Parts: sequence; structure tokens; C-alpha cells
Amino acid sequence: MADVVLELRGMCRSFGALTATDDVSLTLQRGEVHALIGPNGAGKSTLMGLISGKIAPDAGNVWLAGRDITGLSVAQRARLGLARSFQVSSLIAEYSALRNVMLALQARQGHSYRFLRPVALDRGLQGQAREILARVGLAPRASVEAAFLGHGERRLLEIAMALALSPQCFLLDEPMAGLGVEGTAQLVTFLHTLKHDAPILLVEHDMDAVFRLADRISVLVYGRIIATGTVDEIRANPAVRTAYLGEEAAP
Amino acid sequence: MDNARREWALNAVLALALFAVPAWAWVANEPFIITLATRVAILAIAAVGLNIALGLGGLVSFGHALYLGIGGYVAGIAAQHAFNGTPVLGLPGTNQMLPIWAIAMLVSGAVAAVVGALSLRTSGIFFIMITLAFAQMGFFFALSWPAYGGEDGLPIFMRNHFPGLNTNRPWDLFVIAYGVLMVALVLFALLRAARFGAALMAIRQNPDRAAAIGISPFGIRLTAFILSGMLTGLAGAMMADLTRFVSPAMMAWTMSGELIVIIILGGVGRLFGPVAGAAILVGFEVFFGGLTEHWKLWLGLVLLAVVLFARGGLVGLVAGRARHG
Amino acid sequence: MIGAFLCAAVAGATGNFWLGLLAGIAAAAAAGALIEIVVIRRLYDRDHLDQVLATFALILILSEGVRMVFGPFPLYLNVPDMFRGTVNLGIVDYSVYRLALIGFGIAVALGLWALIAKTRLGIRIRAGESDREMIAALGVNIRALYTVVFALGAALAGLAGALVGAIQSVQVGMGEPVLILAFVVIVIGGIGSIKGAMVGALLVGVIDTMGRFLLPRFFALFLDTSQAMGVGAALASMLIYLLMALILIFRPKGLFPAHG
Repeated sequence: MADVVLELRGMCRSFGALTATDDVSLTLQRGEVHALIGPNGAGKSTLMGLISGKIAPDAGNVWLAGRDITGLSVAQRARLGLARSFQVSSLIAEYSALRNVMLALQARQGHSYRFLRPVALDRGLQGQAREILARVGLAPRASVEAAFLGHGERRLLEIAMALALSPQCFLLDEPMAGLGVEGTAQLVTFLHTLKHDAPILLVEHDMDAVFRLADRISVLVYGRIIATGTVDEIRANPAVRTAYLGEEAAP
Repeated sequence: MDNARREWALNAVLALALFAVPAWAWVANEPFIITLATRVAILAIAAVGLNIALGLGGLVSFGHALYLGIGGYVAGIAAQHAFNGTPVLGLPGTNQMLPIWAIAMLVSGAVAAVVGALSLRTSGIFFIMITLAFAQMGFFFALSWPAYGGEDGLPIFMRNHFPGLNTNRPWDLFVIAYGVLMVALVLFALLRAARFGAALMAIRQNPDRAAAIGISPFGIRLTAFILSGMLTGLAGAMMADLTRFVSPAMMAWTMSGELIVIIILGGVGRLFGPVAGAAILVGFEVFFGGLTEHWKLWLGLVLLAVVLFARGGLVGLVAGRARHG
Repeated sequence: MIGAFLCAAVAGATGNFWLGLLAGIAAAAAAGALIEIVVIRRLYDRDHLDQVLATFALILILSEGVRMVFGPFPLYLNVPDMFRGTVNLGIVDYSVYRLALIGFGIAVALGLWALIAKTRLGIRIRAGESDREMIAALGVNIRALYTVVFALGAALAGLAGALVGAIQSVQVGMGEPVLILAFVVIVIGGIGSIKGAMVGALLVGVIDTMGRFLLPRFFALFLDTSQAMGVGAALASMLIYLLMALILIFRPKGLFPAHG
């Protein structure tokens, strides 16, 4: 399948007696939003760690654009085009929004070992960073330090930094967390356009948002994927209803 | 005046004062003051070096005296062999500052590469302690090495030479130190503003985020550590020529502490922080050292006050919090 | 160090070793509590740089302070009468006092273990170590607790200083090598682990002593004696740092990391 951008094959990881990830396989295809849902403690964070390279698997492989990246570090994976956002906003606090995005662009270009040329004079880098900020709607806040941005603005800056990497795929970890109704609606609209840049693997708690956005959904329970399918298939799946939807979102 | 302008004004004042005071002393024939200013300049170079690792990279090395000592011993050993006319490692000794500086930077850079590569596997307090451990090893090694003086230290009988200047005249030596300091400061400023500095400071604040956008913290930090060690090593070679004496005390853990103190007093990560800090430290030593033999007590109290209440050091006090735009 | 000085001063004044010992411990505990309240308390939330610097500043202040009060000349402590003399251990004659020190060390280690593992205070200390906010929410006065812990640590250090004072002379700067050694011990063992500190202390003690004993003899095999003594002794001083570096390279958080 040429359309598969990211693929997990038989990923396993346990911590002591706890099996956090149990034989997980899934694919992310070009142009789609693939949502990963599951109750608290289902192993979503571990799975994100396995994909991004922060956690090493006990077994299984990760493939990105036809290449086995299982043995690579977080930074190496990022350079190959795996862009992630964090569940809790993780930015360079003392840098302005613009400098945060410029840093991501600089990392993407792979030139961090330049010692003498001031970044502030690099018009190309600045221009690109401003375009990206404009795309997520943060242009007016470009010169504000990340530490002083509002919660919603920081979520957007996370996405802007991911976007700056021009990645093969996006790994978004609860991007809607704490956004409120209006913010979530705006972000859903934005992600609809973003998925044409690169497919999105989305971990999200907000079920309404997931059902509006996702092309496919995988349900993770106790470290295992119990079902993968379209929104309608997942809604209708009896195993999912008992294991997950039955608890908090019964119709 | 906004903070950035105030910082530049302070920097200019510091740069001018460090030149004007010994210039006046030269006219007034006060060689002691010129020598003090030279000491400030050389300590400042060492601290600029440490400031790359500590200020920009957040790498609290409690062992930078190691590089100071290595630089010092390179100068001392080269000079001794030049004096005796004996070869060292198959090469002739030299009494020229420029090649000595180059060797001092190469050797300290190489040592910093090894120490850094091993130490950067740890973080936090463990990093502090492992850098201290390596410096202590160097200290005891120098202490035990009878060929070059051991605990008695190694005198430099003739000060090394610099083309076109007479290094035996205090003013000429000061001009050399001041010139090197200015070059070091310009390089530091460029480094900080360049992509490398952007990456390094980002890693200090949030290494996970830096890795997630594809910047490997290890390589950047190691490079910063090596550059930092090289510059401090250079300062060590110059310090040896100033005092015409090298001893294991240059590598003592208290010396590492003093280098950190200089940066704290001046302002962590600030361009002229090391200059301000070195001036304060030497000033303290001279003025309070003249008044009371217990000047270190007062230094301790001031240091404690700075740590507790004035975290930006002198530059921070004048120019507020650092901004990276 | 404060412990040693006060012990020497009081012992000298009263002629009684035990009174001096008590005064030394009490003074060290009081100084510890005072320093915790004035300085350390403000630093728990700061980064390591600030903590190290504050320690450095305190060393400067205390060393010079003691020098101001007691003058630069070393004081001598007399070993109490009941511990004078030597005892025959079969192979060698050994000083009774040193033997008593070993007993003391074991007693303190056991006592500390019992305190941490068995008492309410110990439970609170361990809880405070792993989650300060939680235990504060449970109504334990975390600030007072930390002051007590710090004073306890200082008292132990004072005890050690006073006991050592009878072997060495008491002088300014006696605390510095010990301080670094204590850091080495703690770092090797893993910060916050009592078991680690004990293993670390034994490791450092044994390696240091063996190094000092064996290395000069090793070098004497191919160097002349005086040179061998010098090189061997200094290399022996390097050994514990080498040990620490090696341990940290392979176990970046020490041998027994406290958490996880």
C-alpha cells in the first residue's frame, strides 16, 4: 500500500507486571485523520511514547514512509518527518511565538550547527515562520513570549511548530484539551484542512470532536486495539459499546 | 530607557572602564592596578567560556577549573621545555604565546570532549558532581606528577612572548588580555544569536521539545561543553603567564566554584555578566582583603544574598530579565 | 566542623569529653536548624545551580566565621580516659577509641534506619520525600518537618566532627574534604536513599583506604620508594572520584535511586 504513511506492527511494551501496550498494529494513510480513543489508563500515552521514540518497545516495529524507524531516537524520527504535539503544552517558554516556530523551521532544515550568523537577520526563516503563524491565526501574537500566551494560544503554537516541520505525519496528543466549545470548534475546522498537508494520528478525549473529525477510529482498551473502523462502524460495534462507550457515552 | 538599551549602556561602561582604569594606572605608573585589571580580564575570559555551558546551555559544570589548570600547565610545560631546550613528546618547547594558546585550546577541548561525552549521560545534581569528580581527578593527578612540580607547582621563569609586544611590561600584557577578552565576547554574542545558540538555549529550557522537533540535545550540548572548555583553557594559559606560576590549586574545586560565582554575581547567560562578575570578585578580594583577613566571609554573604534575592546578578539588576525576542 | 570546635572548646573548658560531645551535637543541630530556616527553606523550589551556590556560600561564611571566633590555630581534643590505650585483636594492637568509633558508626546507622523505617517521624520524612504537596495537604507541617530533618543531619555531622576531632586536630577547613566526601558518598549511593548512603560510605571508605595502602606498594615495584609513595598517594586520592565517575556513567542516578 503506497498510501500508508505510518504503520505499527505488533508493538508490545510492559512495565513490570503491567502490559501497557499489547500487540498493537495500526496504519495511518495519506489524507486521513485516524483517531485513537480509549478510557483512561488504556495505554494511549504509552503508545504515543512508542511512536515518537521516547519509549522503547519490547517487541514490534514502527514504519514511517516505508522505512523502519524502530531503532531511531526522538530527534531522528522528528527529522524524518514525524511531528508531534504534547498533551500538556511543551514550548520554549522564554522564546516568543515567532522564535518557537523559527526554531522548528531551523531544525527542519537541519542546520543547528551554524555558529556565527545571527538568526534575527535571517529574513527567509522569519518570513516562513510568520506565514505559519498566520495560518494558525497567531500572527498578531508573534512577538509574545510563549510563557505569556493564553492556554488556547499555546495549543495553537504547538500545532504551528508541528506544521513548521513539514512532516510526513502529525501525531497530535489531545490537542483540544482545555480549549472550550468555541476553541474546539475552530480547531476541528483547522484540522480538517491540516490533514491534506499530512495525515493526522489523533489522540483525543472529546468524543464529539473525534466523531466530527475522524475518518477512522481505533479503540484501545487495556493496551489492546479492540476495534478499528469508520465512525459509524465504531458507533455500532457491540464490543466497543460495552467496553468503552457503554460507560460514559451511551446513546 | 528600555532594558535592552540599558544592558548595552552597562556593557559599554564596563568595557570602557576595564580599559580606562589600567590606562590611567599606566599614566600614573601604578603597575599593580594594571596587573589587577589584567587578572579581571583573564578571569572574565574563563568565565565567558563557562558562560557558554552554564549560561546558554544550563550545564552547571562544577569542574571548569580543570580546563583552567590544563591551559595553565600547557603554558608552564611548554615554557619549561623552551627554557631547558628539551623536547616534549618529540616536539620542541615554545615560549610564544600564540602556539601555546592553540595547544592549550586543543588539549582542553579534547579533555572537555571526553568529560562532556561521559558527563552528559547524567543530569541535574549528578552532572554537577561528575564534572566535579573529573576536576578532582585532574587536581590530584597534577598534585602527584613530580616531573612538573607536583604540589609545589611549576614556575615560569620567563614570561612567554607575543609578537610585537613586550609581555614583561604590565600594560602590554593587559592589552593582550583585553584584546582576547573582546574577541571572546564578540564570539559569544555571535554564538548566542546564531542558530547554534537558539538550539542550545531551547534545549536548556525544554530538551523534550527540542528533541521532538528534531534537535538532538546531546550533540548540541557536547559541542557547547567543548567550546566552553576550550575558552576556559585559553584563559588558563594566559593566567599562567600573568602569575608566572602554575600549581594544582588552579584545578581545585574552590576555583571551579569561583568561576561559577563570577557568573552568578555578574548575571547568568548575559554577555557582560562574566566581566562584571570578575570585576566584582577581584574588587572584593582587594578592598575587603585589605580591610579584613576575613573577606571570604563577606563574599559568602554577598553570594548568598545574590542567590536568594537578586538572581540576575549585576547585569540583571540594571537591565532586568533577559529577553530572547 | 561546628560540632568539633564546640566539643573542643567545651571539653577544654570543663575537662569532660562527654559534655563537650553533647554541646557539639546540640550546637550543630541548632546551627543546622537556623540555616535551614534562614536559607535552605527558600531553595527547595530552586534549581540545582542555586542550591550548589548557596552551599558554596555557606562554606565560605562558616569557615571564615569559625576562623574569626576561634582563630586560625588548630585545637586538640583529648580522647576520654575510658577509651585510652589499645586492645589486642590477635593480629594487631588497635586503639580502643577507634574501635569505639566503629561501634558508634554502626549504632548510628542502625538508629537512623530504625528512625526512618519505624517511627512516625520517619514515615513523614519518607512521605515528604516522595510527595511534598500531598503530605502538606494531609496536615503535616512540612516546613517544620524539613527543619527537623536538616537539624538531625547537622547533628549527625556534628557528632562525626566531634568524634573525629579526637583523632585529628580540629581546624578550619576540616569540614571541606569531608563535605566533598559526603557528597561523593551520597551521589554514589543515590540521592535520598539511606541504604545507598551506607553502601556508598562503605565503598568509598574501603576503596580509599585500600588505594592508599596498596597503590604506593604497587608503584614501588617499578619506581623508587619516595616517588612511588608520592604517585601512589595522589592516585589513591583520585580513586574515589574515578569510582564516582564510573558509577555515574553506568548508573546515571547512583546505585540505589530513591524513586523508581
